[in-house]
Amino acid sequence: MNKGSCRAGEALIRFSKVDLSFSDRKILEAIDLEIMRGEIVCLVGPSGCGKTTALRIATGLLAPTGGGVAFDGAPILGPRRDVAIVFQDYGKALLPWRTAAGNVSLALEAVGTPRAERAARIDALLAKVGLPHHADKYPSQMSGGMQQRLQIARCLAQEPAALMMDEPFGALDAMTRQELQDEMLQIVRTTGATVLFVTHDLEEAIYVGDRVIGLLPHPGRIGIELKIDLPRPRDQIATREDPEFLRLRRELYEFIKSAER
Amino acid sequence: MRLDGRAFVLPVCLIILAEIGARAGGPSDSIAPPSEVLVAFVGALADGSLLLATRDTLASAFGGLAIGGAIGLALGILLGSVGALNRLMEVTLELIRPIPSVALAPVALVALGFGYRLEIAIVAYASTWPVLLLTRSAVAGVEPRLIEVAQALRLSFPARVAKIIVPAALPRIFVAFRLAAGFALIVAVTIEIAINPLGLGAGLMTAGQALRPELMLAYLLWIGIVGFALNILLVFAQQRLFGRAALVGDIR
Repeated sequence: MNKGSCRAGEALIRFSKVDLSFSDRKILEAIDLEIMRGEIVCLVGPSGCGKTTALRIATGLLAPTGGGVAFDGAPILGPRRDVAIVFQDYGKALLPWRTAAGNVSLALEAVGTPRAERAARIDALLAKVGLPHHADKYPSQMSGGMQQRLQIARCLAQEPAALMMDEPFGALDAMTRQELQDEMLQIVRTTGATVLFVTHDLEEAIYVGDRVIGLLPHPGRIGIELKIDLPRPRDQIATREDPEFLRLRRELYEFIKSAER
Repeated sequence: MRLDGRAFVLPVCLIILAEIGARAGGPSDSIAPPSEVLVAFVGALADGSLLLATRDTLASAFGGLAIGGAIGLALGILLGSVGALNRLMEVTLELIRPIPSVALAPVALVALGFGYRLEIAIVAYASTWPVLLLTRSAVAGVEPRLIEVAQALRLSFPARVAKIIVPAALPRIFVAFRLAAGFALIVAVTIEIAINPLGLGAGLMTAGQALRPELMLAYLLWIGIVGFALNILLVFAQQRLFGRAALVGDIR
């Protein structure tokens, strides 16, 4: 499978001995994790295991208290324009006073795209996420699925090398969630972006991921690592009926059940 | 705003009662029948003195509002978005804020003398506070997720203020200005009554001292009308300018 990078097989994001504590409470302990270029890595775990926290550290929005995260060999000291973040609460992450086109434009303005080129880029990005005729709508006039698509379009406007997705489809209904999983995989395949994907939905993790990392809670640490060797492109019916999918699902469920005890 | 015709019954009755009462009581130095107030009002309007005084008062009020509002807006945005600065300034601001604006009048008089500058300075001081406090809380209350979006996009501080913070806080900032505009008019008239020989407040005082209660009450009536009109204008502007944005502020 073509990931669009000649340096595939090399770690793009590297967590080394990442610790995080708030006062005397340990949230994350000794997280060591490498995410390869073009890889889709899913973080799962019971609530309170620090999966979102780990993602926030990888984005640079949060600084670890020990260890560090390197991106492309350079330590992450703050957010980077080539790392886009897809937040779960799309309703809060979109600017309600800007139209869909305006929201995408925000990212183009930030990266300094000349004004003359913006309109065409916005049209292309909105078409890519399946919102070609909604440029003039405000977020409040869009459904949840459309709003999340819009947020993804804004992230793609950054032309990111990596997408950090924090339970991006968690608030959507099952049908929309499946549609967006497939669209996301399709987009990632064409752009070759590396993805760190946090979810509480174990089947979603197996479905979208190349690798699934399960975290144990209190303090958050890596408890299981599953390599997902299901054929791509994945298919909502065939993949989910694949015996390998079912085996992985059982293994992950049993891990989570033991982690919660 | 829709008015019910019945809402006018009470004021009309009161005016008729005042007319009867004032006439029954004979000539007075402090009150006058509404009919004479109306005659004095039309007279002052016709000879231009009322409009001239209105111009002076509004010029001072808006001049002060513009200066105070700009200072309050800039400080409010800065303090609301930079937490460390806010903590640094808190004691200083809380010590200055309780000083009533009118108490500054003697100080300002010594420094600036009578005239527009005196009044504008005090109105500016008075209108800085509501704008500063409400802007600061509006900015501090901007959805944290939007701030993270700005961080993720690495927007510069000016871009963050212009593209995220101000638009998000704008409906509440406008409310601050509406409040401050009301304050500005009150403070301007107060300063004119207390010290500055200018505008509507001075006109009111002069009429009272000249034992012309009908003219004094005409000024009072006019000040009420000006304040009422100002508020209507601002509410209208708010609805026109922030139709959608105001809605967003309400939902939150």
